Amino acid sequence: MRRSASIVVPVVVLLLLAIVPKLSLDIPVVLNGPLDSPGTLQVLALCLLFAGIALTYDLLFGFTGLLSFGHALYVAVGVYVTAIALTRWEWGLWPTLAFVVAVGIALPFVLGAVSLRVGGIAFAMVTLAFAQAGNVLVQKNPYGWTGGEEGTGLNYDEIPDAFVGVLNTKNLYWLALGYAVLVFVVVRFLVGSSAGHVLRAVRENEPRVEVIGLNPYWFKLIAFVVAAFLAVLGGIVWLLLIGGATPEVTTANFTLALLVMVVLGGAGTRYGAMIGGFLYTLLDQRLGALAGSTRVQDLPDVLRVPLSEPLFLLGSLFILLVFFVPGGLASLPARLRGIRTRREPLPEEAAA
Amino acid sequence: MSTFVLLTITGLGLGAMYFLVASGLSLIYGLMGVLNFAHGALITVGAYAAWWSGDQIGGSAWQRLLLGGLLGIVAGAVVAGLIELVLIRPLYRRPVEQVLVTVGLALAIGALVQGIWGADPKVFPVPAWMIETTTVFGASIPNDRFVEIGVAVAVLVGLTAFLRYTRFGLVIRAGVENRAMVAALGIDVRRAFTIVFALGGALAALAGVLSGVYFGVVDPGRGTSLLIFAFIVVVIGGFGSIGGSAVAAVAVGLIQQYANYYASSGTGDLAVVLLLAAVLLVRPAGLAPKVAH
Repeated sequence: MRRSASIVVPVVVLLLLAIVPKLSLDIPVVLNGPLDSPGTLQVLALCLLFAGIALTYDLLFGFTGLLSFGHALYVAVGVYVTAIALTRWEWGLWPTLAFVVAVGIALPFVLGAVSLRVGGIAFAMVTLAFAQAGNVLVQKNPYGWTGGEEGTGLNYDEIPDAFVGVLNTKNLYWLALGYAVLVFVVVRFLVGSSAGHVLRAVRENEPRVEVIGLNPYWFKLIAFVVAAFLAVLGGIVWLLLIGGATPEVTTANFTLALLVMVVLGGAGTRYGAMIGGFLYTLLDQRLGALAGSTRVQDLPDVLRVPLSEPLFLLGSLFILLVFFVPGGLASLPARLRGIRTRREPLPEEAAA
Repeated sequence: MSTFVLLTITGLGLGAMYFLVASGLSLIYGLMGVLNFAHGALITVGAYAAWWSGDQIGGSAWQRLLLGGLLGIVAGAVVAGLIELVLIRPLYRRPVEQVLVTVGLALAIGALVQGIWGADPKVFPVPAWMIETTTVFGASIPNDRFVEIGVAVAVLVGLTAFLRYTRFGLVIRAGVENRAMVAALGIDVRRAFTIVFALGGALAALAGVLSGVYFGVVDPGRGTSLLIFAFIVVVIGGFGSIGGSAVAAVAVGLIQQYANYYASSGTGDLAVVLLLAAVLLVRPAGLAPKVAH
């Protein structure tokens, strides 16, 4: 009974998400247009995309216990290498994709092999440093490829017509949904496999894994490469969605945002990271709109200034969550159940 | 030759700021095991508090810089102390949550500063003397470089003396080496936590003020960009080591300047990253062992 529910619910959610572009429902406050309007679909597609990217980060952080501060680099590789190959080198779509896939496997393999030689905080710092190198490279604008601060646009000549134009936003939405599903399936498969058991064992007690006779290094490297490769794919989808590349994706703050998403939803849980990524992106988008609304603009400065900074609200919300809901949103049902069962043995209280 | 001297002294000036940020980070991590991501926000707070209060005070550039800078440092110490008391202390024994809280703070404080004063750079009060140059071995060096280096050396000496000759310093050094043992001896380590946090905040704010002098402006992104290099300095120097931080800060500042000039602009940052990777692969614990001295 439980087992069937755990399959039925996600399938129903997936089907509902899949038919969203066919519905013209209005959801006031949460979204500012009917579900099938291009603007809303764009926002929802971003939410789904980040649900997927957050899960790739959770594969490292939540499931393997690797605190990386350089995951942004791989999303950036997907965004920038694709944009540069298509726009600056004027390659065709398939050579570009083949090249990005090759880079997306080779680069994390090399960088992961180097950074995994150290653990803990040192690992976090090395990954941060590599990502920072990527950021410097993008800002430096070698041969005019990356466009520096301005970023670079996307040459649409080689992109299939189905993904071009405002009217085709629904196809991009489905692409983002497909990406999220792909990440989910791959991560589930990896975590459920015997290698995945070793990964969780590494998270819990790495010396013990070594004592058993397994080399944690290779398992961590597999997780690193898979997570990074999936992030590269996410970068490609993002490029199509927003139609260009900007240096924000290479910054340390981008990785921190991924960390916030994962913790918000609940690290190392089945759906936590995806819920976190979806909600964070939705809040980020909608809080920006809230800031511009006249209701907020008319408030006195003391209230107006904090309310017009989405990052301030998200950061504060995050701190509150760490304090009061340590397991993230995914732990809420269990918490509420816990409260209920704890209350139940006290019927006299209700009577009094 | 004169270019080399200019590069060296400028590199030392940059290293001085890295050291101020890194020494606080390093002590906090060494003692409490908290990687303080909010340290960048404290830099920004210090710089903006100095700029804002200097503006309120008015008067000559010297007056605004000195009084404003002093208030900026106080602001950094107070904000850091409050962060420790209100947000870090309740999460004692939960190091991951502590780091996450500082991440949230870094995002929130940075956004708040930007919300209040806007994203545009603000002109910092820089006395004319600071911009004038002094000739050293044929090189014209802006005077502010000497101020930065002098302040950092004074902090290095003061911090070393504080750690070595005062009772609190003794508690902190002992705490870095073995926190549980210090607590078992009946000493309230948590008070040392608050003091180290406030001290780190004051040093970060001081770095923020100096960076205002160095660049001539302050902007909301200042903290983050300094913080990343300070992280690199801390890792290269070894967590908890003030001396290690000083050596690493000088190395990072110099390499950055030389590579930016002799190779091409931007190469300096890449060279620093390579240095970090090389050090970590050869000596994963950093250059110095984990002892506060």
